[in-house]
Amino acid sequence: MVQAVPDMTIAPKVAIRLSGTGGQGLLLAGRILAEAAAIYDGLNAVQSNSYGPEARGGASRSEVVISPGEVDDLRCKRFDVLLCLSQKACDAYYSSLVEGGVLIVDSTNVTVVPTSRALELPMTRMAIEECGNRVVTNLIAVGAICGYTRMVTLEALVAAVESSLRADLVPMNVKAIKLGYAAAEKFVQDMSEKKRGQVRDYSFKGTQATP
Amino acid sequence: MSIKTGVPLLLSGNEAVAYGALAAGAKFYGGYPITPSTEIAEVMAAELPRIGGKFIQMEDEIASLGAVIGASIAGLKSFTATSGPGFSLMQEHIGFAAMAEVPCVIVDVMRGGPSTGLPTKTSQSDVMQAKYGSHGDYPSIAIAPSSVMECFTLTVKAFNLSEKYRIPVIILSDEIVGHMREKVILPGPDEIEVIDRMQPEVPPEWYQHYADTITGVSPMANFGEGYRFHITGLTHDVSGFPTERSDETTALLEKFRNKENHNTHDLLMVDEFCMEDADFCIVAYGSVGRSARQAVKMLRQEGVKAGMIRPQILWPFPKFPVENMLERVSHVLVPEMNVGQLRKEVERLACMPRGMIQGLNVLDPSFITAEQIHDKAMEMISKQK
Amino acid sequence: MVPNQQLLSKSPAVHNWLRVKKKFPHLWCPGCGDGIVLSSAILALDSLEYDKNDVVMVSGIGCAGRIPVYVDCNTLHTTHGRALTFATGIKLAKPHLKVMVFMGDGDALAIGGNHYIHAARRNIDLTVVVVNNNIYGMTGGQVSPTTPLSMKATTAIYGCIEQPFDPCELARSAGATFVARSTVYHVRHTEDMIRKGLEHKGFSLIEIISNCHTSYGRMNKLGDHITMIKHMRDNSVMIGPQLDQEKAQAEGKYILGVLHQDTSRPELCELYEEINKRGGTQ
Repeated sequence: MVQAVPDMTIAPKVAIRLSGTGGQGLLLAGRILAEAAAIYDGLNAVQSNSYGPEARGGASRSEVVISPGEVDDLRCKRFDVLLCLSQKACDAYYSSLVEGGVLIVDSTNVTVVPTSRALELPMTRMAIEECGNRVVTNLIAVGAICGYTRMVTLEALVAAVESSLRADLVPMNVKAIKLGYAAAEKFVQDMSEKKRGQVRDYSFKGTQATP
Repeated sequence: MSIKTGVPLLLSGNEAVAYGALAAGAKFYGGYPITPSTEIAEVMAAELPRIGGKFIQMEDEIASLGAVIGASIAGLKSFTATSGPGFSLMQEHIGFAAMAEVPCVIVDVMRGGPSTGLPTKTSQSDVMQAKYGSHGDYPSIAIAPSSVMECFTLTVKAFNLSEKYRIPVIILSDEIVGHMREKVILPGPDEIEVIDRMQPEVPPEWYQHYADTITGVSPMANFGEGYRFHITGLTHDVSGFPTERSDETTALLEKFRNKENHNTHDLLMVDEFCMEDADFCIVAYGSVGRSARQAVKMLRQEGVKAGMIRPQILWPFPKFPVENMLERVSHVLVPEMNVGQLRKEVERLACMPRGMIQGLNVLDPSFITAEQIHDKAMEMISKQK
Repeated sequence: MVPNQQLLSKSPAVHNWLRVKKKFPHLWCPGCGDGIVLSSAILALDSLEYDKNDVVMVSGIGCAGRIPVYVDCNTLHTTHGRALTFATGIKLAKPHLKVMVFMGDGDALAIGGNHYIHAARRNIDLTVVVVNNNIYGMTGGQVSPTTPLSMKATTAIYGCIEQPFDPCELARSAGATFVARSTVYHVRHTEDMIRKGLEHKGFSLIEIISNCHTSYGRMNKLGDHITMIKHMRDNSVMIGPQLDQEKAQAEGKYILGVLHQDTSRPELCELYEEINKRGGTQ
């Protein structure tokens, strides 16, 4: 039971917090993100939820830690990436973002953004107008996170959606993922050269994934 | 099992417990809904009917464990899952299962207490209840998984120990381990060792349900298979009938005690991490074991010879490895999400100066991080200098 | 009491079903109704020619809880009030077994009240015998949920001020599909009610009015066991189309017989078998 050669390196990792209101699908969003990373991108991930007694309407959070190495951080206090789908969540959790971390907000709901460096996309509006259903706001958000940070590939996200949702729901959700991903990519392209240079690389390129 | 084996899956700890139970051969689940354990019941409600098993939602947790024991007496591997308040209610029948020597598994996904406490938040405060919760002297086995994979493997282990020793086995999971999702690759049926209860080899007229054997464990016939015998929660003799004779009552309690005392090696399961040259030992279990592992790495990077002992079987307490460790190290830190329930067990074995064994007892439900353990360790070391 | 060898030889059924060599003398008071319930149950089982290996007797705590230990079948003496929960597990695990449950009034209706109504609601095929002596006998005569108003017990020394339960009405309204009542005076009738309960597919409740002259009778000056059993004889009426039930109830009579039977409701294990057969598909 004693390990022969314990691996003492602490692998790079990214901690993501998805926050909003109960019923916005944050638990599913976290699960898709973790599944894409762990199953389809060969990384490791731990996904956990934090929730209150309310099934709908209370504060809701889903957290994912992704790393090419072992993940032993089952709960984090500080996050590299913070998604906020409601103003209340943004106000409450902005302080949990590390310095220089990425804030991603649904600008349909979050009107007071605490930093000028946030990725702001009108996710709910995009869901209603382009996918015809507000329930896919969560997957637009997941797409946007990955389009911006590149921590998980678009292919992995699509595969995760296809494997975990009912077949008839897949097309709409895949569309939402792609929509969010493309919107975030465009946002990065439109950034000034200087600002783009400040964005941290979250892609785990060059790191060896452990099986 | 309707779940894939041999390929990576993203499962929650509760799901892994449920599939572990199925892999171990569970055919009966009786339970009552309670956060944060309910997912186990939900998986069993879907899976058991597919394999000819039975799921029933009972009227409360007392009834749940009653039905589980009944089904086990009739020959099915049976289990239930609950959390603090329900675990309190089950104590009555944990005692019965121990007394009547009925194999069964009880999963306690720990949440904040006492009483209704913090239903959606984590805790490790049922450790002592898992050992001493029911009245009387009875043997206890409690297992604490710290990853989703262990939720699977240790559940199989729990069933095996339960069947092998005819004893209720408790799995002390917690809200974090139960609800988090991780990548696992489940082993196929050929890769899993499954132990079934020993069947009698004697004809019915010679059968004694609690026969005295060399191993201390009596072969067990099931109801309805031609062996007609009596089971009671009263103190009983080897044939199962009530007795008040002092030689027989003493023998029964000795038999219970010997289940632990004569099988210490088999009931020892400890994960030792970097302990070969360690001078600073962290004793942690369950979800906190993960943070402790990370903390050991952080301390090692700073030149501290840290190591970790993580009991996977909490009860019986792993006396020998802990005693052995206490002779070698100069500091022990026991981080727990309670007021120090397991630390006291470590202290009982120690002859160390005051302050060398300390706890990190986080009572707010937000978990203990590796950083907190690291910082506490550094504080202990610097104070000594 | 040691069973009378002469009597045993006259009744091979009883002899065959008892753990004669192992378990006697029994622990009940002389004159207790529990022995009558035991022999009635055995005669009912024997008349149906059940295999002893297929019969399970489960009980809780109390005087009536000691009935199974004397019977040579699969016997399980459980915790106080919980017999029905164990029986539920056994029946679901092995539906071909004939599962009987013996409880007293305190066991079934006080500490086990919740299990009682839920087992009835599920209509699981258990034959449940509640021996109602209106008192906690084993602990020395405390008030029970069936102690009638104004009657005395060691914990109701000024008379009981709580409305009692009617075990039959409770079971019926909770969903039991067979409900019957008898008394220990009506020995053959008791046997018949138990037999009908065993034959019924579903939750069967048989309440048997019994005597606890040692505690209840003594505290309430009801006389010895013979007087108490005679009282049952003189205050019982058989249910039938001619019986004015309201009048009988007003007079405080015990209404005996099959009070309720519904064969239309499916039994729990049968429903479960259906799900098993479908392989869990919706």
